[in-house]
Amino acid sequence: MLKIENLHAELEDDSEVKILKGLSLTINPGEVHAIMGPNGSGKSTLSYVLSGRDGYTVTEGSATLEGVDLLDMDPEERAAAGLFLAFQYPVEIPGVGNMTFLRTAVNAQRKARGEDELSATEFLKLIRAKAKDLQIDADMLKRPVNVGFSGGEKKRNEILQMAMLEPKMCILDETDSGLDVDAMKLVADGVNALRDAGRSFLVITHYQRLLDHIVPDVVHILSEGRIIKTGGPELALEVERNGYTDLMAEAQA
Amino acid sequence: MMPRAKLKAQKVEAANALLDARAVPEGGAWITKARKAAQARVRDMGLPSKRDEYWRYTDPRRLTDAAVVQGALHDTRGEPPVFDGFDRIKLVFVDGVFDAEASDPLALAGVEICHLSQAAGTDLHWARDLYGTLDARAQAPVERPLASVNTAYATEGVLIRVTGKPEKPISLIYLRQSETSDAMVHHVIRVETGAEATILENGPIATRFNQVMEVDIADGGTLHHIRAQGRDHERAGSAHLFARLGEASHLKSFTLTANGALIRNDAIIWLDGADGSAHLAGATVGDGAFHHDDTVFVTHGAPRCESRQVFKKVLRGGAVGVFQGKILVDQIAQLTDGYQISQSLLLDENAQFLAKPELEIYADDVKCSHGSTSGEIDDNQLFYLRARGVPEDSAKTLLVLAFLAEALEEIADPDYADDLRVRLEAWFERRG
Repeated sequence: MLKIENLHAELEDDSEVKILKGLSLTINPGEVHAIMGPNGSGKSTLSYVLSGRDGYTVTEGSATLEGVDLLDMDPEERAAAGLFLAFQYPVEIPGVGNMTFLRTAVNAQRKARGEDELSATEFLKLIRAKAKDLQIDADMLKRPVNVGFSGGEKKRNEILQMAMLEPKMCILDETDSGLDVDAMKLVADGVNALRDAGRSFLVITHYQRLLDHIVPDVVHILSEGRIIKTGGPELALEVERNGYTDLMAEAQA
Repeated sequence: MMPRAKLKAQKVEAANALLDARAVPEGGAWITKARKAAQARVRDMGLPSKRDEYWRYTDPRRLTDAAVVQGALHDTRGEPPVFDGFDRIKLVFVDGVFDAEASDPLALAGVEICHLSQAAGTDLHWARDLYGTLDARAQAPVERPLASVNTAYATEGVLIRVTGKPEKPISLIYLRQSETSDAMVHHVIRVETGAEATILENGPIATRFNQVMEVDIADGGTLHHIRAQGRDHERAGSAHLFARLGEASHLKSFTLTANGALIRNDAIIWLDGADGSAHLAGATVGDGAFHHDDTVFVTHGAPRCESRQVFKKVLRGGAVGVFQGKILVDQIAQLTDGYQISQSLLLDENAQFLAKPELEIYADDVKCSHGSTSGEIDDNQLFYLRARGVPEDSAKTLLVLAFLAEALEEIADPDYADDLRVRLEAWFERRG
């Protein structure tokens, strides 16, 4: 599904700041991978580089989604190709209703893929069902995008977007940050409901606790822009017990 | 710096040249009196100059120049006019001249409508105590000579007296068919006690226009005013809205301005009675050689009134936007609630926004706030939309409409707001 090979990226404004230094990763269809790593290891940069945010320059390596080069595409093309990033800090957009936003996004992607746009009625039916599962009420759908939403509401709204857009490859950037236990469970249930043989996930997190709810197939440890260790769910538990220091020392040895 | 006396002499000289070239139009005694008084005011004040405090950001010469005006007509490419689908009584003006044949019969329950020239020919008319009086009142503390020029010479306009709650809006439609039209239009609106009406205006009026609307709202009256000033590029004009509000009366006025070489909209509002409210809002979009100026002066002259000014401008490609907004709170006007916001969204580095917010408060128990900002499209918001699959241009349009939404929300009836929103969206999609 997603294949990243020897990816190098630096800050666009300061080529001295190299963030990704040869990251390689392959996620097969239906798999859930987790990336853990200390602050500054390049976790969020990876999500931004993959989704096409300005501010980074890829100097080497490649990233493909189902064999198609991602790095050459505009962010909207990547989205239409099936990539989705659940933001660590979902953006507030005053003046744009949540429903309008979602309908515009869903139909823009359908249009880009040559599919018919959803009618207002079809869209409404779909969103009502999906919102209900995530305990998102009609009021949250009417309000401007993320404006005045609590941390938990913002993250649930991200998952609602994911459910509506039905991407193939979902990147969750610290989706657990700012969530209490109940909210985390709700978000995780939303993600688990979307797990499917044709859909893959890359879960970026600081903490193991999210992985109790979204159980990964593979866990990677990212440090200084490279993956230094890959293992099963037990690797996340090891980090939780011992921290990153031992792993980093081991990698340098 | 030119000495004041010399500047004044120049302004008066310009005014005299303009006035001497024109005779006061024929009319009944009352209107002739009002016109002559207006003429005298203009001779006294002179024409506006860029040295005047409220013309510093906008050069008025284009509005007063004696040369024949000339401007290409605008191709609307078959797009339906604003307010097209609404049931309304239509009063049509072509190049600023009333077209009775194209208009609906001036008959609507709850309202009396007549043409200015018709009223001017009679000795007694309700408008005799109003025509030119708000213009005269508005000359202090700020001189507004263009309005008095209009009062002196306008022969076109309608007088609307709202006595009940007419079921349809009154729609003033301004078509422009001549490249050299130079028009003055003067409307007077009186909303009687407890009455309520909606006035719609749309269209460019003329290649050059000078418009005045004098509004008198009696106690408990309400007026909704929604104006879309067309989108002809090659046109210039000045519009004055004067409104006096009685006790517990309400005014909501919204203006959409697109394109135009120079458009100056003045709104001068007096909250004379307690518990009234005046909401003024504007959405402006301009590209290229576009200069737009909103100048607002709200006077709180009685206790417990509320006023709002919400003005938003989206500017691109060298367009210039100006906002000058003042809230004056008299000593008697305790518990005033005044709010003013002016914001611009600059779509490129060449666009410019100039703002001059002013508060002058003599009462001690009031709530007044004002703010002015100038910014660009937010990169984070743009990326968020694109990351969800919305193409860049559509995402920008969505964000620009979101920016303008606060002004459109000032329109009480969402159907009108939606109609204007669709126009704005089309403007961005066409890129002008």
